[in-house]
Amino acid sequence: MNPIGGLNPKKERKPGAELTEPAPVRWLLITVALAFLALFLLLPLAAVFSQALEKGAEAYFAAFSDADALSAIRLTLLTAAICVPLNLVFGVVASWLIAKFDFRGKSLLVTLIDLPFSVSPVISGLIYVLLFGLQGWFGPWLSAHDIKILFAIPGIVLATIFVTFPFVARELIPLMEAQGRDEEEAALVLGAGGLQTFFRVTLPNIRWGILYGVILCNARAMGEFGAVSVVSGHVRGSTNTIPLHVEILYNEYDFVAAFAVASLLAMLAIVTLVAKSLVEWRINRDRQPAPGNE
Amino acid sequence: MSALLSTTEKVAHAGATLRGISMKFFSKNRHNVLPGFGLTLGYTVFYLCLIVLIPLSALLFKTATLSFGDFMAAVTAPRVVASYRVTFGAAFLAAAINALFGVLVAWVLVRYRFPGKRIIDALVDLPFALPTAVAGITLASVYAPNGWLGRWLEPHGIKVAYTPLGILVAMVFIGLPFVVRTVQPVLEEMEAEIEEASACLGANRWQTFYRVLFPVMFPSLLTGFALSFARAVGEYGSIIFIAGNMPMVSEITPLLIITKLEQYDYAGATAIASVMLLASFIILFAVNLLQKWSRRFAER
Repeated sequence: MNPIGGLNPKKERKPGAELTEPAPVRWLLITVALAFLALFLLLPLAAVFSQALEKGAEAYFAAFSDADALSAIRLTLLTAAICVPLNLVFGVVASWLIAKFDFRGKSLLVTLIDLPFSVSPVISGLIYVLLFGLQGWFGPWLSAHDIKILFAIPGIVLATIFVTFPFVARELIPLMEAQGRDEEEAALVLGAGGLQTFFRVTLPNIRWGILYGVILCNARAMGEFGAVSVVSGHVRGSTNTIPLHVEILYNEYDFVAAFAVASLLAMLAIVTLVAKSLVEWRINRDRQPAPGNE
Repeated sequence: MSALLSTTEKVAHAGATLRGISMKFFSKNRHNVLPGFGLTLGYTVFYLCLIVLIPLSALLFKTATLSFGDFMAAVTAPRVVASYRVTFGAAFLAAAINALFGVLVAWVLVRYRFPGKRIIDALVDLPFALPTAVAGITLASVYAPNGWLGRWLEPHGIKVAYTPLGILVAMVFIGLPFVVRTVQPVLEEMEAEIEEASACLGANRWQTFYRVLFPVMFPSLLTGFALSFARAVGEYGSIIFIAGNMPMVSEITPLLIITKLEQYDYAGATAIASVMLLASFIILFAVNLLQKWSRRFAER
């Protein structure tokens, strides 16, 4: 399982415990690394807000009072509200299965769960066109019954579920595997039921991982562009999500509005990063025994 | 009432038998008392099939309906081949740049102390958290001829936005976290003793790095390289705004799939998509092998 975006609570290395380089080399390496990160990460992030506020706060907020922008925000919230709970339930169930049991084909299952990460977003959208498009498997039946999936909201939701499918599971699997099954076994031996064990023993142990998985899943659900762009049909005011609305504004050279709406998504990204740091800090703290107990 | 009860009992009994069989076949948990194996296995496989496997199989079936000649014509057209060259070439270069700077960033974050280190560490995940469309428009505006960086590069004859160089920049951006986050844990786990032993045996710092430390982190570096490459190959949103999208010059393969779709050339789009999917499966397979290798490496 690749750890990108995954929780990675740090082990603090003791300073001075290892050999190190001479100070000039150290500072040169730090400078080069920071310059690279500033150039490739900080600068673009700052540019979003700078461009959004270029014509002042009034122009910035005007971008959100537009009816199309509001409908895009509504659709994005709706999509996330459907996708995140579905993938949360799946994530918890799948990680219980994978972390608590040993069975044939487990590593294949883990690879398959990770599959949507290796598929290009464009292909994630394309497969739904092949399923529900007019020439697709279910296309003729759907059009005969006047049900619209493609170029409508259900298509957007389905594509987003596909893209965000692994997020919660992949946060929880390593966490639950590390915790093993001793605590649950103890609870069962002491007479707790299965659900009781889950809610009283397992859930408190993994709540921070769940929280981070949900935040990550939500961020991707709200920010997905490629897959949604293929299935949405780009109908202004009805099938545009926030990222698609940004694209339209940008292509119409309405840069201030485009970056203003984009700054919403950039703030969501910053919240995600802060949440990740906080959750890592919590997990680290829970892991270390309290000072009095040593 | 009793009939109902007996039906429920029958169902329960059948369920138990079925579960018994499935348990015997799949499960290796002889002494595992935890409940829910059948239920969680069933639900996981069901949801996986519904959301991932059935839709993906649509792509394979659609490809299978093409004749071999049509398929080859679609995937080897000059414009398509040019898009492979741009996509895979830029992705390879971007992954190489990320491998170099990723090791540097991971090293600096693990080994040195400097102000703002925690913030920088958190910031590394930005390309993963920032929606691709936002990354795309902001990179395009930064590197445009009148942008923050573009206006300094333009007088020197370096055009980034709307050229293949722009594609490279976008791919470096989105692939950045991969190498850092695969190499970082390996560096954190590394024992100080092996460096001390190396120093005691007379190696200088550079020799210790490339003879002792580098071989240990090499499998994870390759994994990060492959992940970064795979991400860059499939990327769409952050590239199209900065690429210029000129056919034969700066058109990436995912964009070509969308272009075909907009022309209702479903067969052509599917054929190209299946080539890309095959490429990403090969990379995924390679990554799995690499991770097995690095685990063996770590155990030694």
